[in-house]
Amino acid sequence: MIAIDIATVFAFIIAFAVFVYVVMDGFDLGLGILFPLFPAKADRDVIMNSVAPVWDGNETWLVLGGGGLMAAFPLAYAVLMPALYTPMIAMLIGLIFRGVAFEFRWRTTQRTRNRWDVAFAGGSWLATLAQGIALGAILQGIHVEGRHYAGGWWDWLTPFSILTGLALVVGYALLGATWLVLKTEGELRDKAYGLSWSLLFAMLGSIGAVSIATPFLHIQYAQRWFTWPNIILTAPVPVAVAGVTILLLRSLARKQDNQPFFLTLALFALSYAGLGISMYPFIVPQSITIWQAASPANSQIFMLFGVAVLIPLILGYTAWAYWVFRGKVRAGSGYH
Amino acid sequence: MFEGWDAVALARAQFAFTMSFHIVFPAFTIGLASYLAVLEALWLWSGREVFINLFNYWLKIFAVVFGMGVVSGIVMSYQFGTNWSAFSDKAGPVIGPLMAYEVLTAFFLEAGFLGVMLFGLDRVGHRLHFFATLMVAIGTLISAFWILSANSWMQTPAGYALNADGQFVAADWLKVIFNPSFPFRLVHMVLAAYLTTALVVGAVGAFHLLRNQNLAGPRVMFSMAMWMATLVAPIQILAGDQHGLNTLEHQPVKIMAMEGHFESHKDGAPLILFGLPSESAGKVEYAVEIPKLGSLILKHSLDAPLAGLDTVPRKDWPPVPITFWSFRIMVGMGFLMLGLGLFSLLMRLRGTLYEQRLLHMFAVAMGPAGFIAVLAGWITTETGRQPFTVYGLLRTAESASPLAAPAVGSSLLAFVIVYFAVFATGVIYILRLMAQPPHQGEQGPSHDAPARAAGITPAAGAVATEGAGR
Repeated sequence: MIAIDIATVFAFIIAFAVFVYVVMDGFDLGLGILFPLFPAKADRDVIMNSVAPVWDGNETWLVLGGGGLMAAFPLAYAVLMPALYTPMIAMLIGLIFRGVAFEFRWRTTQRTRNRWDVAFAGGSWLATLAQGIALGAILQGIHVEGRHYAGGWWDWLTPFSILTGLALVVGYALLGATWLVLKTEGELRDKAYGLSWSLLFAMLGSIGAVSIATPFLHIQYAQRWFTWPNIILTAPVPVAVAGVTILLLRSLARKQDNQPFFLTLALFALSYAGLGISMYPFIVPQSITIWQAASPANSQIFMLFGVAVLIPLILGYTAWAYWVFRGKVRAGSGYH
Repeated sequence: MFEGWDAVALARAQFAFTMSFHIVFPAFTIGLASYLAVLEALWLWSGREVFINLFNYWLKIFAVVFGMGVVSGIVMSYQFGTNWSAFSDKAGPVIGPLMAYEVLTAFFLEAGFLGVMLFGLDRVGHRLHFFATLMVAIGTLISAFWILSANSWMQTPAGYALNADGQFVAADWLKVIFNPSFPFRLVHMVLAAYLTTALVVGAVGAFHLLRNQNLAGPRVMFSMAMWMATLVAPIQILAGDQHGLNTLEHQPVKIMAMEGHFESHKDGAPLILFGLPSESAGKVEYAVEIPKLGSLILKHSLDAPLAGLDTVPRKDWPPVPITFWSFRIMVGMGFLMLGLGLFSLLMRLRGTLYEQRLLHMFAVAMGPAGFIAVLAGWITTETGRQPFTVYGLLRTAESASPLAAPAVGSSLLAFVIVYFAVFATGVIYILRLMAQPPHQGEQGPSHDAPARAAGITPAAGAVATEGAGR
């Protein structure tokens, strides 16, 4: 049984913040990943316009993930960040390039605009690869002694972390493609449909590869998934993945513009739940549990007041901002 | 590369470098967001076109600056963990929640309403758009509240206890948040942000007035900016003085370094204006000083005794020359701002505010003064609290991550290259936007993509009729 204590509550809150980040920034990073496939300036303008009003807010969830981890689980933050040093720095640099490209590419001439388009695509690739590699590095385990990271600064680099890095690129690209299906029309949308098909199969392959590789990392992962009675809880996950996949294939075949993006998000949610099942109750797998890493109760309680009131409010006005810019983005009449 | 270097020194250099770049952007956006809210309010209230033109003009600049502030800020929120993990583990339970509240109450508010503020005027109507602008402006101020509270707690820790794991924990959150130096630092920094923005706005206005005195937009922005300098510069000097007295009470060693007081003075300390502080000699060489004035300023009494660095163990000294000089640069900038404010007031009273070319040239030269003062001020306060991260309690050397020097050095090098490439370009784009005067029918970021793609906006129509009747 899962004991509901405040550390568990905060584990879910941080997990939620990270998931909202993946949901929201995933598709706009995905657009950057797909950018090289859309060389026409008009297409690129539409693609940028479809996220320009919301990307700031999307990335704020990443700040909440980092700041929240430091606040609620300072020991985990203090161990994970040095362990993931290089991927974290790479992610930050990638995010700088893609973030400024939103504004910079409008402030310049045709020739230098291409430079910022390269920065947007390259930054998106770098940030996504780094996030996926960081995920793999966490899953494969981190060398901890006392209250410190005790490994080297290349420990994160393994075949498994490369696999998770590439898997995340594929996943974000699919989110980006289905976002374009949702937000664009005409040839751009048709091209996005084509990409969605191939990326969906690539994503299913990636989910399969990571799912098969993970139990081999640690015996605990295998026991978590394949022993009785856990299997009652774990078995529905692959079943649900299969169900969502069928719906997604159907919506792509029927060209129901409004569905593929949200069904892809459901695939992400299921994969994320799978990760949670593998990791819980560890926050640094196999070495630090959420209770060992937790801030003192009065720090967490102090934050809980804010979280309980403010997160719903934030979700409310974020939803409003998306609502203001709802509908298809058209070339020329965009908001940039 | 970087073998044999000191990893802690590299981590400090990295923090100083990334922080110095970052602070420039919020120092500008805090003031500019409020200025935009004022411009939009004036437009809604008066209906005068010049205000919406100015609003759209500064909004485009705001968008570029804000974007750079966001991406350089994400770096800061992760750097505590990457380079200062021991600090994060020990101080995280106190500092972390303050920063989490900054994200929850400020960052989301700014980012959530920014899209509507930048692109939504035609979509949501005037009142709702003004509300969005107001939320962004309020968000920047809330952000300043929390981050300055966190910084101030590190300078003057209060309301804490230590737990069995050696972590700081909050004993009283109100005492943590409203720690002794926080109110002074908050007032000083928010006023600094307003002054910084006013000086930039004033410089842009003056730049265009030097070319054409009849432009409505530059006249309005120059006048508004000079009112700000006239009124706020003296208040800021008073606030800075109060902040200094607060520092004397809680961080006397920092004041000793700022003043260059190596020796104790039993009956009245001098005010050292200039000189070369030498830590090895333990004195300020070639000092130009005014007897007794130091005690008068700090203790409000000519003969009050003041202790010097000779009463402090050498291992607890901050780097004196940096603290001494950066403090003088900040104060110098402050008095130049006061001078600009008074000069403009005089010309305003004479009715030659828009014609006095010397004033305009002075204002253009003072454009970057706010940024210089903000950076010098932060260098003073952050260098002056060394060698501690949590003042008197946690040493900087004990705060760093267990990383080898090559790791920290390589990331520092990467940040230096990327920041100079990216942010220097951003500054060039901003200067290009500023080089154009605001004109009639100025469009916000939501419309001018085609105009921008077509190149330079024609200057015809730049001469606004309104307000130019002189």
